[in-house]
Amino acid sequence: MSNPSKVTKAEEFEPRIVAFLCKWCSSAGSDLAGVSRIQYSANATPITIPCSGSVSPMFILSAFNKGADGVLISGCHPGDCHYMEGNYLARRKLYLVKELLQFIGLESERFRMSWVSAAEGAKFAEVVDEFVEDLRVLGPQNRLKAKR
Amino acid sequence: MTKRTGVFVCHCGKNIAATVDVKKVAQDLAKDDGVVFSEDYVYMCSDPGQTAVIDAIKDNDLNGMVISCCSPTLHEKTFRDASELGDLYAFQCEIANIREQCAWVHNDMEVATEKALKITRASVRRVQHNQALEPIGVPVTRRALVVGAGIAGIQAALDLTDAGLDVILVEKQATIGGNMLKLSETFPTLDCSQCILSPKMVSVSKNSKIKLMTESEVESISGFVGNFKVKIKKKAEFVDPELCKLRDDCTPVCPVAVPNEYDVGLTNRRAIHIPFAQAIPASFTLDEEACLGLDPVVCGKCEEVCDVGAIDYDKKPTVTEEDIGAIVVSTGFDLYGMEHMGEFGGGRYPDVLDGLQFERLCSASGATEGDILRPSDHKVPKEVVFIQCSGSRDPENHCAYCSKICCMYTAKHATLYKHHVPDGQAYIFYIDIRSGGKGYEEFVQRSMENDGVIYLRGRVSKVYEKDGKLKVMGVDTLAGRNVEINADMVVLAQAMEPSKGTAEIAKILKIGRDKDGFLAEAHPKLKPVESVTAGIFLAGAAQGPKDIPETVSQAGAAASKVIALLSKDQLAHSPTVAKVRDPYCTGCEMCVDACPYDAIALVDGKAHVNEVLCEGCGSCAGVCVRAAIDVKNVTQLQVHEMISAIMA
Repeated sequence: MSNPSKVTKAEEFEPRIVAFLCKWCSSAGSDLAGVSRIQYSANATPITIPCSGSVSPMFILSAFNKGADGVLISGCHPGDCHYMEGNYLARRKLYLVKELLQFIGLESERFRMSWVSAAEGAKFAEVVDEFVEDLRVLGPQNRLKAKR
Repeated sequence: MTKRTGVFVCHCGKNIAATVDVKKVAQDLAKDDGVVFSEDYVYMCSDPGQTAVIDAIKDNDLNGMVISCCSPTLHEKTFRDASELGDLYAFQCEIANIREQCAWVHNDMEVATEKALKITRASVRRVQHNQALEPIGVPVTRRALVVGAGIAGIQAALDLTDAGLDVILVEKQATIGGNMLKLSETFPTLDCSQCILSPKMVSVSKNSKIKLMTESEVESISGFVGNFKVKIKKKAEFVDPELCKLRDDCTPVCPVAVPNEYDVGLTNRRAIHIPFAQAIPASFTLDEEACLGLDPVVCGKCEEVCDVGAIDYDKKPTVTEEDIGAIVVSTGFDLYGMEHMGEFGGGRYPDVLDGLQFERLCSASGATEGDILRPSDHKVPKEVVFIQCSGSRDPENHCAYCSKICCMYTAKHATLYKHHVPDGQAYIFYIDIRSGGKGYEEFVQRSMENDGVIYLRGRVSKVYEKDGKLKVMGVDTLAGRNVEINADMVVLAQAMEPSKGTAEIAKILKIGRDKDGFLAEAHPKLKPVESVTAGIFLAGAAQGPKDIPETVSQAGAAASKVIALLSKDQLAHSPTVAKVRDPYCTGCEMCVDACPYDAIALVDGKAHVNEVLCEGCGSCAGVCVRAAIDVKNVTQLQVHEMISAIMA
């Protein structure tokens, strides 16, 4: 039974991503990707939160600690936040998180923020696919993963 | 309390079941801690599906439930209602989206099933920590704000007052009426536009339930559906409308002449002026930018001649704050500027007119009192070329969309022209003729048959002046040849675009816009007059190009939505609001600063949440270093549980 593509797939590293999507824009955008039947990698599992501004840095550390290879936060475009300024808050705060991750020795590319509106189903799929490809290059994340 | 969680996995026919092994998801979850019931069903949202949910809650004494199905935007309400019928609190039911976020975007069954399991399991872990919440009842302000007083805003305001509501009608210009006021006749009946609009304008001015604020704009908004607070800025009222007797002593002495907006620049007006004869409010007004008198050393002539003392140069703008329950936004359209279409010579040649200028030429109240004359030499144009889709349906250069009304108003223009100049010839360049509407197609046909309008299917490449004529270079694609017309006048049927200031008002009110800049409806089919923000509704051309009948219908629909909303004694406010865990709060005020709604304040050194103001965004939870504040049912504990479920 020689199926080269199947073999490659089995051997290929499959990154595990936790994706925090704001309810109003990015989760709705991912819904639109679904409605439009745009196919993308299944590596990112979504958690819908009220706003990107509600993401505590602890969520990100917790996800890495539990073995995530990448963490995605996706919110409304700057200026379009349903809660007026939550995404600005997220942007300022999460920039520092990125710095912190680098400081403690984790590739900062493993943490990504994106702005995906409710109308951007195709963009959501692209964001996930690109992130998965970038993480494949980086390989598994072990730096913050708890040893169990 | 012992966790007794139910899980229901929907096939959605084959929509989910084609790529997710729903049986496996249900069976695997049945083994999870606290899950006492887990089953799959072909259509959970069907009546038997809901009955199964209700029965399962009762039979198994469930205290939490996850429906693994489509997006919560679709059936969250269905299943939360079902929960209550089964004596489970609505907020103890959560939706796991395994369709839009899983089944529809992956094609490998093994992979999709694995992801569906993670999504469902995360929701199970979350719901096991959900609190039994009940909606918070908040009082309603039975008063509406209408922004923009064109035909849409006027209609909405009148309908609202018919239902007994008080209305604040805000208009940026000095008079209400909007673009419809400038039209001469309306298709397909050729009713005089002013004659059908002015009765409604009069109704507004005589209506004691309408507080009309012209030369005013919404400056800011706070609050939420049923309880908005809106700040409205009114320009300085240099002429007191109560005192002004409309005697017109002032305009003859005013030394300043500027283009008259009402005549779309075809005539001039003075700095002090009345917008037009039937203006509402009926008062002269002073154009702050043009007036010299604000510096009384330079001029003060109008004040000197005003016997009744209605003019006061020292007036200042005012800002008032109003309590409002709901808002209708009807800020209308502008024509896509001629300056974008240099090839047609707009702005360069005086006899190339825009659609609204031509309306003013045809209008009995216009510059020429209804005689169609060339602005350049006041001669009667014998050959007039109308160019449809000027700026519409041209994604490369201009607007991609169809402006919907131009086919009809061009047919009207050509017909009106022939009525004024029976020996003249009208030509219309068009791409397609879109005349959907009652009596519309017949109207276009009449313009061809009775008025001999020549329709040329093709576009115009260039308009230039030669020997006192406008040379129109076009193509007739049906005959397959180039066309050159020596015209006396060219009229552009420009695209409609959202009025200037739409972007700003959308930002202030926090309502979205579509890719073309029009205000976005909450759902293109099922919520055509609702904005994405609860309590804010849309009417008229601000939402997309539309004609007068459609605008009036939409305004009525928006008004009826507001009436329904404000007919309730109380509105339900979501109980998923922030909650402080006092022992952990140090009173650092990080959350106070982060809250976009000013819903948090320090009380006795601890943060305290005003539940009615809180919208549950979680900005506070995101900044609290001690995790002392949480949004109910999306607590940090719950998110950590969800992460664990996904990474297990």
